[in-house]
Amino acid sequence: MSKRKGKDTHLPIGECITQAQQILRERFCQRKLPDRPEGVEAQHRRLLELLRRTAIHGESNSVLIVGPRGAGKTTLLRCVLRELLEDKDVQKNLLQVHLNGLLQTDDRIALKEITRQLQLENVVGDKGSFAENLAFLLEALKKGDRSSSRPVLFVLDEFDLFAHHKNQTLLYNLFDVSQSAQAPVAVVGLTCRLDVLELLEKRVKSRFSHRQIHLLSSLTFPQYLERVRAQLSLPDHFPDPNFAQEWNADVKTLCEDKSVEEVLQRHFNSSKDFRSLHTLLVRLTGISPLVAVGSTRVIEHPVWNNPFQLPCLCRVSVSKPSIRPADLLDASRLCLADAKANMLHGLSILELCLVIAMKHLHDVYEGEPFNLQMVHNGTPTHLKEEGGGGEKERGFFSCFFCRTRLPRLEFKKFLQRKSNSMYNFEQPVVMKAFEHLQQLELIRPVDGSSAKTQREYQLMRLMLDHSQIMEALQKYPQCPTDVKQWAMSAFA
Amino acid sequence: MTGSLQHLGYDEEKLQRASQQLPCREVQAGMLLSLMGQPQQYCYPSVFIYGHGASGKSHVLNVLMKELELPHATVSCVECVSVSLLFEQVLLSFFGCDAASSLPRTPSLSDFVRVYRQQSSQSPAKQTRYIIMEKAELLRDAEANLLPALLRLQELVEDNVTVILLSEIVWDQFRPNTGCFEPLLLHFPDYSKGELQQILSHDAHPSYSAEFYSSYINILLGVFYSVCRDLRELRHLAALNFSKFCEPVTTGKVKETETHKLWKNIEPHLKKAMQTVYLREVSSLQWEQMQQMEETETGAMRGLSAHTHVELPYYSKFLLIAAYLASYNPARTDKRFFLKHHGKIRKTNFLKKNEKTSNHLLGPKPFSLDRMLAIFYSVVDSRVAPTASIFSQISSLVTLQLLAQVSHDDQLDGPKYKCAVSLDFIRAISKTVNFDIVRYLYDFLLQF
Repeated sequence: MSKRKGKDTHLPIGECITQAQQILRERFCQRKLPDRPEGVEAQHRRLLELLRRTAIHGESNSVLIVGPRGAGKTTLLRCVLRELLEDKDVQKNLLQVHLNGLLQTDDRIALKEITRQLQLENVVGDKGSFAENLAFLLEALKKGDRSSSRPVLFVLDEFDLFAHHKNQTLLYNLFDVSQSAQAPVAVVGLTCRLDVLELLEKRVKSRFSHRQIHLLSSLTFPQYLERVRAQLSLPDHFPDPNFAQEWNADVKTLCEDKSVEEVLQRHFNSSKDFRSLHTLLVRLTGISPLVAVGSTRVIEHPVWNNPFQLPCLCRVSVSKPSIRPADLLDASRLCLADAKANMLHGLSILELCLVIAMKHLHDVYEGEPFNLQMVHNGTPTHLKEEGGGGEKERGFFSCFFCRTRLPRLEFKKFLQRKSNSMYNFEQPVVMKAFEHLQQLELIRPVDGSSAKTQREYQLMRLMLDHSQIMEALQKYPQCPTDVKQWAMSAFA
Repeated sequence: MTGSLQHLGYDEEKLQRASQQLPCREVQAGMLLSLMGQPQQYCYPSVFIYGHGASGKSHVLNVLMKELELPHATVSCVECVSVSLLFEQVLLSFFGCDAASSLPRTPSLSDFVRVYRQQSSQSPAKQTRYIIMEKAELLRDAEANLLPALLRLQELVEDNVTVILLSEIVWDQFRPNTGCFEPLLLHFPDYSKGELQQILSHDAHPSYSAEFYSSYINILLGVFYSVCRDLRELRHLAALNFSKFCEPVTTGKVKETETHKLWKNIEPHLKKAMQTVYLREVSSLQWEQMQQMEETETGAMRGLSAHTHVELPYYSKFLLIAAYLASYNPARTDKRFFLKHHGKIRKTNFLKKNEKTSNHLLGPKPFSLDRMLAIFYSVVDSRVAPTASIFSQISSLVTLQLLAQVSHDDQLDGPKYKCAVSLDFIRAISKTVNFDIVRYLYDFLLQF
């Protein structure tokens, strides 16, 4: 669709948006490799040097790359490999084997994968048992020597999972080959566990070179801001330079905005890895006028309702496609939203009453587990029945309250207030609500033996805390005042 | 209101058609679309969608996938009892049956990824492929590495694929302990009352006016909204009770506009429905039959829980009573209750202050066989020989799950039991043998 005629061509705005979107999406979702890794130059140099020594000089090495999730371990390795493979000799010479602890869950599968990736399948054939395969592979590796055979690079992603294999046979053999004068191998492990060496057996540990590369982020907030700006900016080779320029200027002003800075500071405080930043930015591209306009946005912005102010093509978009601070605030709000509070918002009033009653029980009994029977008797629903009923149960329930340390005054007040209450549900209806709460895992059974005890006597624990309930209560649509009062009374 | 979806990458007509099928979910659909991006663009590797049951999670996705003709595989984790079924379904819907049959008999994740890579290198994705997993909470019970692998499937297979997980449970409960690739979280909020009204009013009966039906829905929500917000349940209830609502109109007693009379007519009926058909005490078929025969009062038919009456032998009844007493009374009160000449016990001492909560709140306590037999001999008036039949009756009570054996350490020597029946049940039983059980229960003693 795009017809480029020269350097200064103006693409139609829709086309520009599509292009920009494409670039940003590649960055955030596909995690396209950056031109060079940021902030890890030293580690990059070290790893590159190490692998180059294996690839060119035939030195056997082993190294662990350790860092928290989302710290860029894979990115670093891929960058190094890309750089390494630029060398024609290396490209021709080096054999790569990529294993992942999630996929190769035991040594047999891992071994099969190794033979497959080394393209030895036809040599081994399908018949080989695990022991034969291993013997063959070791034989093949042993026969080689430093000068003549091609170096092999083993990349073990999720290295800690390999340490859980039986006897750590694979790790032992790989490290053993790397220690003795056999075919040159480099073993690179990627892991997020800092205590990974404690997982290794002694004989495995002694064969490992104890070379570790740590990727711990030492990012400051200005650098973080700069990174956000860089991630959102369009590159120089964008087809429509004018658009790109305008866009980048917009991003720059965006990053200087006070409210934006505040939001980013909050994200920075909670985590500073790339990945959480990307989730924020993906949401941003999702929300921002770049992409789509939901119905509410159209209603929110009166300009968009007026078709005369917009170019016809951009009914979808806006007159000026840029990210506004409000978009970032929206995205951040979505990112930081408390999931449990969201779920509480959708509960029915009966279920909310049950949650409040549980909360009261939790407060009074200092975190002891409870069962449905206790909760039910603590809810306002039953108090009312008890007042009107006046049968045997009446005595039973009131005697419960005599014996408990529950603040009786509160209950009495509530009872009086609720004298013409609409909440008198039967026990089975309450039970159904209780089970719904359990299904949502807002409450959890203390022990797993559910078959043994009756449902109403099964001990449960509340998986919510004080502030979550209070917040949910504030946000609850059309929350009856008496319920709110009842909830407040015990919190005070 | 311009309630239409708009997106650059998709055909406008298709979007229009999709948005018509998604009442009150335009915002969520729009958000989802914007996350998905244009079909040829890469999407975020994994998206986690949570929300209450019947908040339209699957529906929105299904409509979008179908109307926009995107390649997708919908997998229900309930059906996939083994991972091989899951892998087969995914491969089948992306690459046809050849790919699915090339999996080995008990495939591992490694095999799946290998076959997927092979296939996708032959037919690379022109559009994002979506794997939609319903009831994703069951993935936690599968192998430990399945969920983390699915979350980063895009990276593992190097294909434009996105895994969408649907669940009612929040993401915090999913996270494995060594962490994983964090998916993008998306919340589907519950329908508000107005939205429920709007959606439910869609399936109006053709022979009545729309206002008439929506006033019916209004009344229905008035009764049920405080208990149930599940759209499916409400819709089911609406369908079941509508004929009763129209009855006065069809017989000509009331006009369609007289809302108050209609309300008076239907409200007790709906309240009854909450206790019966909502709890599935009475099946919907029975409920409809009950509406047919007018003369019998609804609810006169006995529901499921009314059938709890069990016919037991004479001694079994007493055994069960003895078990109940042993379970719910503290052992130190046995002397007072069951011995004829127990001597004088001071009341203050007997009713200990520190026993704050009653056993009817905490549930049954375990007791030994000896204690139960002692109580049994005390409550049965006649002399009973401890024959084999008495003991076999005890064990058959266990198989009937009226008693529960607590510790499995020893079958013969000193077994311990719990009584697993409710107060109502035991009252009914004791009435048949003329035994006043309430007089013997510690919890109810304080009033007298």
